[in-house]
Amino acid sequence: MKKILLLAGTALALAAGTMTASAQEKLKACWVYVGPIGDFGYSYQHDQGRLQVEKELGDKVETAYLENVSEGPDAERAIERFAREGCKIVFTTSFGFMDPTIKVAKKYPDVKFEHATGFKKADNVAIYNARFYEGRYVIGQIAAKESKAGLAGYIVSFPIPEVVMGINAFMLGAQSVNPDFKVKIVWVNTWFDPGKEADAAKALFDQGADIIVQHTDSTAPLQIAEERGLKGFGQSSDMIKFAPKAQMTSIVDDWGPYYVKRVQAMLDGTWSSTDTWEGMKEGAVVLPPFANMSDETKKLAEETYAKIKSGEFHPFTGPIFDQAGAEKYPAGAVVPDGDLLGMLWYVKGVDDKLPQ
Amino acid sequence: MRIELVRRPEMSRTMMLVSPLIAVGLTVLFAAIVFALQGHDPLTGIFYFFIEPLMSSWSLEQLVIKATPLIIIGLGLSVCYLSNNWNIGAEGQLTIGAITGSILPILYPEFVSPIVAPLMILMAAAGGAAYGLVPAVLKTRFGTNEILTSLMLVYVSTLFLDWVVRGPWKSPQAFGFPITVDFNESAVLGSFPVGPLYLNASAFIALALVVVLAVVMRSTLKGFEIRVLGQSPRAGAFAGFSARRMTSFAFAFSGALAGVAGLMVVMTEIQKLQPVISPGYGFTAIIVAFLGRLNPIGILIAGLVIALSYLGGEAIQTSMQMSSKVATVLQGMLLFFVLACDTLILYRIRLVSTRSTQEQARA
Repeated sequence: MKKILLLAGTALALAAGTMTASAQEKLKACWVYVGPIGDFGYSYQHDQGRLQVEKELGDKVETAYLENVSEGPDAERAIERFAREGCKIVFTTSFGFMDPTIKVAKKYPDVKFEHATGFKKADNVAIYNARFYEGRYVIGQIAAKESKAGLAGYIVSFPIPEVVMGINAFMLGAQSVNPDFKVKIVWVNTWFDPGKEADAAKALFDQGADIIVQHTDSTAPLQIAEERGLKGFGQSSDMIKFAPKAQMTSIVDDWGPYYVKRVQAMLDGTWSSTDTWEGMKEGAVVLPPFANMSDETKKLAEETYAKIKSGEFHPFTGPIFDQAGAEKYPAGAVVPDGDLLGMLWYVKGVDDKLPQ
Repeated sequence: MRIELVRRPEMSRTMMLVSPLIAVGLTVLFAAIVFALQGHDPLTGIFYFFIEPLMSSWSLEQLVIKATPLIIIGLGLSVCYLSNNWNIGAEGQLTIGAITGSILPILYPEFVSPIVAPLMILMAAAGGAAYGLVPAVLKTRFGTNEILTSLMLVYVSTLFLDWVVRGPWKSPQAFGFPITVDFNESAVLGSFPVGPLYLNASAFIALALVVVLAVVMRSTLKGFEIRVLGQSPRAGAFAGFSARRMTSFAFAFSGALAGVAGLMVVMTEIQKLQPVISPGYGFTAIIVAFLGRLNPIGILIAGLVIALSYLGGEAIQTSMQMSSKVATVLQGMLLFFVLACDTLILYRIRLVSTRSTQEQARA
């Protein structure tokens, strides 16, 4: 019996040994996701980016990922595991992974790290994010054009600058079409919870909204819109399959080009710690084909999309007023990136108080 | 044909000891089947899930870090469950304990002294105990169901934590993001070398608690009181024990331990407060308590086994690209087999044919 165990043990060790040996030639790139890759939203899109790296860089790279990693104490272990398993570059894709990433990066100076949506950098930690607000401005215009009630329901996750910036961009877009446009906001305190998101969507529709906007990652709100014959917008990925009659467009994060560029830089030995904030222009924010709307709305949306893409128009261009009506930015002024990244106040017309 | 469970007149002591091993063996066997169904080599899968996490000192340290809060909370819960009080809200007591324990480093960051850490732990124990007493008082005063109230209070506490880190305790340097200031050096628990491993103080506290509770439960009057009141409140009353006081004691005790566990996770790993401080330790500890058969030594082992299943789950993801759901399935199977084996110690299966039941009915 002992002999058999010993044999089995050696066999296992050998199996593990050969696996690591064959991996040594390639560059290992690894991803840590906050949600399941099957969320068809945020984490799904990051994983699509990973798959694009595999496809484009082929046998020069090897990739791995951990999904559903809690933003609490588990995050540090997940990141450190990758650093120890020979990953040369680790992408940590959620805000809550910021401090664990910095902590692990200090311990492993030879490994490169990239953290999405945070603000702490280091010699071996780069940061990156996408200008989602550009898409939110366009969907604001569409909502104001298409809503009969003049009221949209907006499901949001957490009161952080990223999300507040999105609400403001949406309202600025909507007000450019209909200055009296209203929005009702529900905070669900989660990035991904189909049940909660569906309940929020139902409540907002019951209160008279006829268009639903979401800054959460599941397809549930759109599916409720589909059931009720109302309209909405997808989030992170193209959700048209889940709501063929309800999705007007979506704000798709396309991380692929960025990931390919960064992993390529690792292969070339040109990687450096950068701070990247890309938008429609670079193809990081993409709006899938406009559907389920009038031709007139479609025309307007396409025009705005093109203008933001070419850099002709910035959604946060003054005059911009705060909720009290005081002018924050004069006519023609563009809100600087630094202000956007710390934005914790609402523009005029948002009927909500930021949870404090 | 019907299956009946018939109580065995006597439990086999050997089987009591062997049954967890059988359960683990069955889990390994079925894990191999799951790996094969997923199209992976079963032996490699078993290696990564059950053995790889035990092979490096780093992963052993991680194992201890993950097991420590589970064991501390599980110990507290075992006292509750043995005394027939159903505290499902350890996660909430953990959260409140972490908050009250963090008052010093967050509100008085310049207070640096060796007494800070012990004070924090005491305040966490007090906070967790006070929060645990809420469902206890509701039960003894108004006869509410403590399962429900303790569970609902979990949501209250996590929302309170969320509010506190976004509002009054938000760090001015955080750009509006929901985090508090970093703890100063006297509010952080350091690590000590133990052979090749670096372990932090919380692991030793967990171990000390296991020993203390094992002694208390086995050879003190308090331990006897807990067990008697759990098995028969009436018999306990004849002995002069008060079931109401026991409810308060059990909830306060388990709340205090959960609070300490929560604070120590913060002191060792996160070193500040943020919206998420626990990946559900308070709920997982319920499984640990039962897996360890409400026995302190059992809970120590169960905590390590459950921690292993988390690390193994990550290992099969990164090394074999398996979904995180597979790890959840394996954890479920482990619990199922342990409970099933335990059931078969207490009961035996009897097949009853429908005909004989009809005959019985006629007779």
